[in-house]
Amino acid sequence: MSSCHGATPRAGLLPNPSILPPTPASERPIIVAIVGPPNSGKSTLFNRLTGLHQKVANFPGVTVEHRMGKAKLKDQHEVFLVDLPGVYSLHPRAEDEQITHDVLKGEQPDFPKPDAVILILDVTNLGRNLVLAAPILSLRLPTLILLNMADDLAVRGGKVDVTALASELNCPVALISATKGTGIDRIQQFLLGTAVRLNAPPPKIELPVLQDVPKCRQWAAKLGVRASYQAPAPPLWTRRLDAVFLHPIAGPLIFAGIVIAVFQSIFSWAQPLMNGLQQAVLGSGHWMTRILPDSPWRSLLIDGVWSGVGAVVVFLPQILLLFLFIGILEDSGYLARAALIADRTMAKFGLQGKSFIPLLSAYACAVPAIMATRVIENKRDRTATIMIAPLMTCSARLPVYTLLIAAFIPNIRILGDFLSLPAATMLGLYFLGFVAAVFTARVLKSTVLKSRGSSFILEMPPYRWPTLRSLSLRLIDRAKVFLRRAGTVILGVAIVLWIVAHLPLHDGKAPTLEHSYAGMIGKAIEPAIKPLGFNWKIGIGLITSLAAREVIVGTLGTIYGIEGDEQSKGLQAAVHHDLSTAGAVALLIFFAFAMQCFSTLAVVRRETGGWKWPIFQFSYMLALAYCGSWLAFHIANYFLG
Amino acid sequence: MRPKQRRRPGASVSTSQTLADLPTGQRCIIDRLELPDDLARRLMELGFLPGNEVIPGKRAPGGGPRVFRVDGSEVALRDATAAKLFVRRDPESDFVVLS
Repeated sequence: MSSCHGATPRAGLLPNPSILPPTPASERPIIVAIVGPPNSGKSTLFNRLTGLHQKVANFPGVTVEHRMGKAKLKDQHEVFLVDLPGVYSLHPRAEDEQITHDVLKGEQPDFPKPDAVILILDVTNLGRNLVLAAPILSLRLPTLILLNMADDLAVRGGKVDVTALASELNCPVALISATKGTGIDRIQQFLLGTAVRLNAPPPKIELPVLQDVPKCRQWAAKLGVRASYQAPAPPLWTRRLDAVFLHPIAGPLIFAGIVIAVFQSIFSWAQPLMNGLQQAVLGSGHWMTRILPDSPWRSLLIDGVWSGVGAVVVFLPQILLLFLFIGILEDSGYLARAALIADRTMAKFGLQGKSFIPLLSAYACAVPAIMATRVIENKRDRTATIMIAPLMTCSARLPVYTLLIAAFIPNIRILGDFLSLPAATMLGLYFLGFVAAVFTARVLKSTVLKSRGSSFILEMPPYRWPTLRSLSLRLIDRAKVFLRRAGTVILGVAIVLWIVAHLPLHDGKAPTLEHSYAGMIGKAIEPAIKPLGFNWKIGIGLITSLAAREVIVGTLGTIYGIEGDEQSKGLQAAVHHDLSTAGAVALLIFFAFAMQCFSTLAVVRRETGGWKWPIFQFSYMLALAYCGSWLAFHIANYFLG
Repeated sequence: MRPKQRRRPGASVSTSQTLADLPTGQRCIIDRLELPDDLARRLMELGFLPGNEVIPGKRAPGGGPRVFRVDGSEVALRDATAAKLFVRRDPESDFVVLS
């Protein structure tokens, strides 16, 4: 991690030439675009070439994410790599494809035209993949063609003459395996060549008319013959696994089993780690109390910041575990099968199987999920998916759920060793979010977002072992995002909360919480939330959690930190003072439905191009949350006593 | 959007059989796509183009979309879409055993 994370501003990775750091030797950095069809291994290659020298950013003006990274070469040379969204052709249909098109043509505002292109193709499926070479080569940029998954090709008995293909296409071609790392030196040679002399001659060959898909296919087929390409046998294991995963009875059962196992392990495996972190936070808080002199600053640091931020950071293991499972499902290729299994059900609610993928990633976080809806070509389907994504149980709800469940739900086994009551409650909340989402979709799709029958076209990638490398990169990325949030939003809220909880001063002394500004605000909204079983302290948490859901945990941490004596008992014990079990159930339901996340509202506004949809979304989710928790409170009260 | 007929040059026999009618493992050749332009284009990019061979494979549990083997990869389509892809049987028509 050298210059790009050091003294030079991190904007160094931004493509805008005006904010690039001045490089001493050359004028502007060299940009190489990585292009390829979906599932061709672009991102694996990108990760391998750039390692941790990368960051995710949005193109100016649009929300399509792209990743920029720096590849270090011999002799101090370096080039910037940009990982573009996967495309089948340069004939754009969806928004992310449009971006790839615009960047490559040099039509993307504020983004320099790439100096060279790395085209990565899946060699096990060259017939289809080579078609993309035609529009890419017609760009007349220096191009390196990589035939990825060479290891698969060899194992499954296919072959290709790389030299013949290179001379046919008049550009360098290399067989590589991005997962195993073979053939990478050839890429570095190419990048070095690009870095040293910019004016590498673009390939000159005859290309078919790009608009004519059959012509392009014929062209690609002819190339395949000349390069004596032999397609590999279909992947045996993929068929064997599909025979099980798509089995009429076993398939859905395995699907349900996987989902249950994920939730059970999130709840039980993460517990020891979380307990450890909690002890560390409490212990270090006590230690600081001892060594620091008594002052308002010590109170701010320990009761405000440490209790507030610490209460949230404790949930890092659980969130990473969830992202790990989603990563494994996605990288292994199972997610596409899940979308296939889900299509029929989704169709009943007016959506399609493709909506399932963003909705599943919404279990981690609604923000990337809303961005992932770009794959849905039908605009109304897409809007409907965006509208319901925040109802899926995102990882920010986990801290809240975990705290309340651990504090109020007794640990009883209900299915032998397989499922306990807390895990079942958690599963029930996830299910509740899902049900609310699909019914909202049904309502939206049969009213304001009605559309003709939508289509479902999805390529089934072969099953692959997820690599440790890509999984760990994912987790590091997520940990960074989570900790950055803890260090900014949650820290900010904790400090502001500590201040409003310590004002106004009475005779130069801080008031009790009840008589502070924070307490007054809580008291002011208490009449509105009393019917739900919440008192004014929970009310303070509800207000602060408008910024982000998990903030309520930090807020309660700060509140009890300020009240002093209860901190040592831990949050779980302290929260019993302010909530009955029925109130806790109501609070769980409130968090299941309410839209408490600034980031999501902001991304919905950008994606839908206005405030109309985010305001609508905020209002109906709040209404749903209020009515839902009112019902839950009264039902729970009836049964519990 | 009016469905547009795409016909392979030289395909003399018109056919009324579609991809949705075929049993699992029955090889066939795509004859024409009677779909709106952009949808037809996407399908052709994925390999469903006149003259290409397609083998119907597994169906999602409970009668969902079906997976078709085309061009060495597998693509899932709903029946409503598959019913718009007209096919010819392979002259040396044979079944492939799909495990």
